Amino acid sequence: MSKPEKLIENGIRLDGRRPDELRPIKIKVGVLNRADGSCYFEFGRNKVIAAVYGPREVHPRHQQKSTSAVVRYRYNMASFSVEERKRPGPDRRSIEVSKVSREALEPVIFQEYFPRSAIDIFVEVLQADAGTRTAGINAASIALADAGIPMKSLVSSCAVGKVDDTLVLDLFKDEDNYGQCDMPIAMTPDGNITLIQMDGHLTRDEFTEGLEMAKKGCLAIHELQKAALIEKYNSQLEGEVNDK
Amino acid sequence: MDKKLVLPGEFISDDVERAGEGTFVDDGKVFSSVFGVASLKNQIKVVPLSGKYIPKSGDLILGIIKEITFSNWIVDIRSPYDGLLHISEYPRRIENTEMSRYLNVGDAIMTLVVDVDVNMKVELTLNDQRLRPVKDGRIVDVTPSKVPRFIGRSGSMIAMLKNETHCNIFIGQNGRIWITGKDRDMDLAVKAIKKIEKETHVSGLTDRITKFLKEIKGENVIEKEPDKEEKLRTEEKTEEEKTEMEKSGGILDELLGDEK
Repeated sequence: MSKPEKLIENGIRLDGRRPDELRPIKIKVGVLNRADGSCYFEFGRNKVIAAVYGPREVHPRHQQKSTSAVVRYRYNMASFSVEERKRPGPDRRSIEVSKVSREALEPVIFQEYFPRSAIDIFVEVLQADAGTRTAGINAASIALADAGIPMKSLVSSCAVGKVDDTLVLDLFKDEDNYGQCDMPIAMTPDGNITLIQMDGHLTRDEFTEGLEMAKKGCLAIHELQKAALIEKYNSQLEGEVNDK
Repeated sequence: MDKKLVLPGEFISDDVERAGEGTFVDDGKVFSSVFGVASLKNQIKVVPLSGKYIPKSGDLILGIIKEITFSNWIVDIRSPYDGLLHISEYPRRIENTEMSRYLNVGDAIMTLVVDVDVNMKVELTLNDQRLRPVKDGRIVDVTPSKVPRFIGRSGSMIAMLKNETHCNIFIGQNGRIWITGKDRDMDLAVKAIKKIEKETHVSGLTDRITKFLKEIKGENVIEKEPDKEEKLRTEEKTEEEKTEMEKSGGILDELLGDEK
């Protein structure tokens, strides 16, 4: 798709959203039986799946820390997740995303509870439409809770950006490609920011305003994350009652 | 209600003094650190809905031999950390070269955690009155955090299970459950265990499980004439089973320290 003439028309974006509106979110917890915790997360047209294993033994051994757990995060895009086939395997971008995502989650995990062990998080992107790292972090944080790993809180994440000189929340593909700025943010519900990156330019005022928008977005996502976990618990019980 | 489903970071109480397992204190408030069920009796604690077994000294657990080294058995205890069973902790003297004759890779053992050090080195022993060799029966895995529910208040749940299924049941703190009995009884016990695991936090669970077991058993009786069944039972009782039954009585009562 070539650059559209206008990304925002009459205050409505190309996909019909208002500037401060998130894409529709769908969450399913506990989708993988073999993983200790897992989560399927849809963020508009993004589809990601997160699996958490651990705490478990560290292999290779030299990576282990004697006083705390190591957190390992692997972000990977499926070769079919984008229009043009992506060459499989880690590349410069996915290594970077893995690192920043790990650092977005590490501050909330009580790593010191599990010395000499590893907590492995795997995030697979099945379909990408801009904002996969934020979707990955949202999914991983739910999967961690599902795995019973002690945390200070959940982490929620979404992006703000600028297109056609307007601040918008949660950019989709075209806005990301042709917009002026993309700024993914991850934070805890009490407002501690654990990830912030920026690609493009914002003025100082736009930055503070954007941050406020992202905060609201993250809080909305946090509510959905909570609801998804509670629903998993309830559906397990209901399934049992129906069995009888 | 003194029970409540909580998420990591959810505010539970202002009473810092009573903060217990599964919680953390920040700025004079108690928060949950895990996704689980909070109870506010005596101590504020949160029982996680899932999670790994973390060994504590004094725990009676079921392990499976994973590897044999020069003077240690390495034991899988369903935890991020391996258990170490030193040759000297075997009830009798064994030569290094003969270790695999007594306990080989894949064998299950009922064992006691003697010590866990800061490096999470887990030392096990077989030198304890309460331990029995695991030679027959089945082992079922459940979520370790749910173990207290399987035992019930002062052992009510386990006592009921043993009674209703005619099986001998041992529950390891690491979430492995060892059942011995006749095949059909064990099937029943496994079913009940799976049900308990799913409904861990429903109130009045012991009664529900009793009802559940009675219903299933009710069907069985119709299939066969009760008289014949009784006969079969006595006939089937082999020498081995008899000895097993004699042994079985005391184990759990000893473990739980409750009177009959």
